[in-house]
Amino acid sequence: MTKTILTVDDSRTMRDMLHLALTEAGFRVVQAVDGLDGLEALDAAQADVIITDINMPRLDGFGFIEGVRKNDRHRATPILVLTTESDTSKKQRARDAGATGWIVKPFNPEKLIDAIRRVAA
Amino acid sequence: MDPLAAIKVTFFQECEEQLAELEGGLLAMEGGDHDPEIVNAVFRAVHSIKGGAGAFRLEDLVRFSHAFETALDLIRSGDIPADQETLKLLLRSADVLADHVRAARDGGTVDEGRSGSMAEALKALASGVDAGEADTGDGFGDFVFTPVTIDIAEPATAPDLSIDDLLARVTAEVAPADAPPAEADSVWHIRFYPQVGLYQKANESGLLLRELARLGSIKVGLDVSGLPTLQNMNPEDAYLGWSVELSGPALEEQVIRDVFEWVDGDCYLDIVREGAPPASAPAASIDAVGEVDVMALIRAAQAAEVPGAGPAPSATTDLAVRAEPSKPREAVPDAKAQAAAREASPQTIRVDLERVDRLIDLVGELVINQAMLAQRVAECGLQRASSVAVGLDDLEHLTREIQDSVMAIRAQPVKSVFQRFPRLVREIAAMTGKEVRLIMDGEGTEVDKTVIERLSDPLTHMIRNAIDHGLETPDEREAAGKPREGVVRLAALHRSGRIVIEISDDGRGINRPRVKQIAVDKGLISPEANLSDDEIDNLIFMAGFSTAATVSDISGRGVGMDVVRRSIQSLGGRINISSRPGQGSTFTLSLPLTLAVLDGMVVTVAGQTLVAPLTAIIESLQPKAADVRNLGPNGQVIAIRDTHVPLIDIGRSLGYRTVTPPPTEGVALLVEGEGGNRAALMVDAIQGQRQVVIKSLEANYRPVPGIAAATILGDGRVALILDIDAVMVPKPHEGQATSPISLAGGFDLSAVPMSLAKVG
Repeated sequence: MTKTILTVDDSRTMRDMLHLALTEAGFRVVQAVDGLDGLEALDAAQADVIITDINMPRLDGFGFIEGVRKNDRHRATPILVLTTESDTSKKQRARDAGATGWIVKPFNPEKLIDAIRRVAA
Repeated sequence: MDPLAAIKVTFFQECEEQLAELEGGLLAMEGGDHDPEIVNAVFRAVHSIKGGAGAFRLEDLVRFSHAFETALDLIRSGDIPADQETLKLLLRSADVLADHVRAARDGGTVDEGRSGSMAEALKALASGVDAGEADTGDGFGDFVFTPVTIDIAEPATAPDLSIDDLLARVTAEVAPADAPPAEADSVWHIRFYPQVGLYQKANESGLLLRELARLGSIKVGLDVSGLPTLQNMNPEDAYLGWSVELSGPALEEQVIRDVFEWVDGDCYLDIVREGAPPASAPAASIDAVGEVDVMALIRAAQAAEVPGAGPAPSATTDLAVRAEPSKPREAVPDAKAQAAAREASPQTIRVDLERVDRLIDLVGELVINQAMLAQRVAECGLQRASSVAVGLDDLEHLTREIQDSVMAIRAQPVKSVFQRFPRLVREIAAMTGKEVRLIMDGEGTEVDKTVIERLSDPLTHMIRNAIDHGLETPDEREAAGKPREGVVRLAALHRSGRIVIEISDDGRGINRPRVKQIAVDKGLISPEANLSDDEIDNLIFMAGFSTAATVSDISGRGVGMDVVRRSIQSLGGRINISSRPGQGSTFTLSLPLTLAVLDGMVVTVAGQTLVAPLTAIIESLQPKAADVRNLGPNGQVIAIRDTHVPLIDIGRSLGYRTVTPPPTEGVALLVEGEGGNRAALMVDAIQGQRQVVIKSLEANYRPVPGIAAATILGDGRVALILDIDAVMVPKPHEGQATSPISLAGGFDLSAVPMSLAKVG
């Protein structure tokens, strides 16, 4: 069955890149432009995996992850954090918020798909 | 287009937006705004540019934005104070970043020296805090973005397993299909005991085991000894553990640890190489270890009714374990905050401009059609209160609303052009040694995209002028009792269906005696001319007028205000100046909101209906016989107050007639061309003023000299819109036979350039 990935990123470039890499790999992609938009998209998207940026207006990645984890219907959805920040403190904060794993930007499609495989059966 | 190339285009568009955001934020900070969200937005802007640049391997851009981002991050965290000095550096860095973006986009180069010294300054700023943290290295160099297709292994072949199957000792050898177990393998013993946090973060033990299976051949044992009795079991807790024997060629411990990277701290993990002394055993005993099919475990976990509960409880679902329903919790901030936030970033869609223009075109047709219908109905002599007439009124309202709404689609805030000016002002201020503060107002005011695009050059020129000519040097200002810092204000507002843009400065104002002297010297006015202050100020718009003693680098090379006025007029706009000596000058531009409709004067000439653009008309008058003089066989001039202007019969110059009727029987329209030259156009009668929808003649017929475009009137007749500048130019082949065109009955087709807005 086609898996659905919800991507949450305020950068159109990043959203387009993710879309290209993910659709090429056979995923269905639902896009959200920031944390709040992402939370609103949860029900409609029914995502198998969520990929989110950290630095976003309105609601950042940490807030978004916390929001997903508080949502009974989606709290078990794997969330991968996608960010250029490779420093440990951001990763740790994302984990504390409930992130499943992370992808360090710039990513290549292999890295991306590999990360998804690690959290989705 | 190649999808990556298309994304690259998007990236550069986005960069421009980010650069605007960056500059706007830094200026707000410079102005004393300490809202942390502004600092965040500024950081995000640079961060996004760096992210995209990394993906496209734009190394110079990555390097510079990285240095910039590092400094901004420290400002965001409060480690560097955002003082004026720092903000000046950041603003200049934003300019250099913009240069980098454009160089990357257009394949140009940046000023290496400037970029390098700015990057150094940023690094110095950051290293003032913590040299170690300041530059973490970016590692962007080796990145290649190549879309590939990778199948994700689906555990499709795993049989459905019950809890009994799971707990039974099922032996499974899981190995990558293409990697048969090698002989001289290293063998590792891994004990893995997840804690509840692992499941809460949506990690799955089964998937981690699958990752291990990719490294070599594995044997998995399941430890169920931690399982409590059914009554005591919390389905959301973690009770199970696994022991794994992993063998593969040249396996390093780090590779195995990497598999567990994301669950570090959320599990007990013990990795021992065979032959090495065993580490202390975990608290739980492992006598109930079984060997199970990894895929089956994954399946079992997937089948979990209680998400996040982990494999153990999921496998026991048929034992009727019920999860405590947890209370639904508020996942998002309150609705008010959301609404406010939504307002801040409205949702948008991107639409091909052609589609919008097509829609505008159709709405134009609709307006015309509606007007025609109204006229037909009126001709039927229906009562005003009749249901048809009332219905038509409603239709007219709706049509207007649709027209306004559709025009609004093409409308853009003037911000897109205004945002270039802070940088311009900084640069000119630096070049002229003047201190300048730019105040912008009404950036959200919307106007047609085409108008905005064509506003950039004239506004740039006027701002340059305002600083270069308008403002005094700081010393002069001080001597005049003014603050050293001059103010240039740029404001946009809507006024009676037009957009008004004001550029004002608090400088020295127009030097009227000097302006008048120059105009006299250049023969633009007679020495005796008695001009009002206003008229003197407006002399600067005359062609060939330039007050700069030497051609300045800044205000352009010999390009004067006449060029500015011409470009504003070509947009159907007007420009005015008001000035007070010693206090400054204000230039006021008034422009139509769109180029798709035109305010026109509908006139009759030789039985034809024509439309003259209202912006070109200064006044209309009834010529008196005494004011008209003949100049040669074909030429006439008319005296209007103290000057003489050519009197041109539109009917003759367009080829409608060969004999000009006496001017006293018609109406003269005093018009001004884009070059500021004036003429009186003779028409037979004025029908009235109205807004017309512009239809391109080029697109629908072919270019016609003297005619800018066409429109369709309410009665369905095609009316031609005059190209004022073209009809004012004396025709080179006057009197020669020309092939008339059928549309309007005979034009001189000599090649006269059309200069009015062309829509199509």
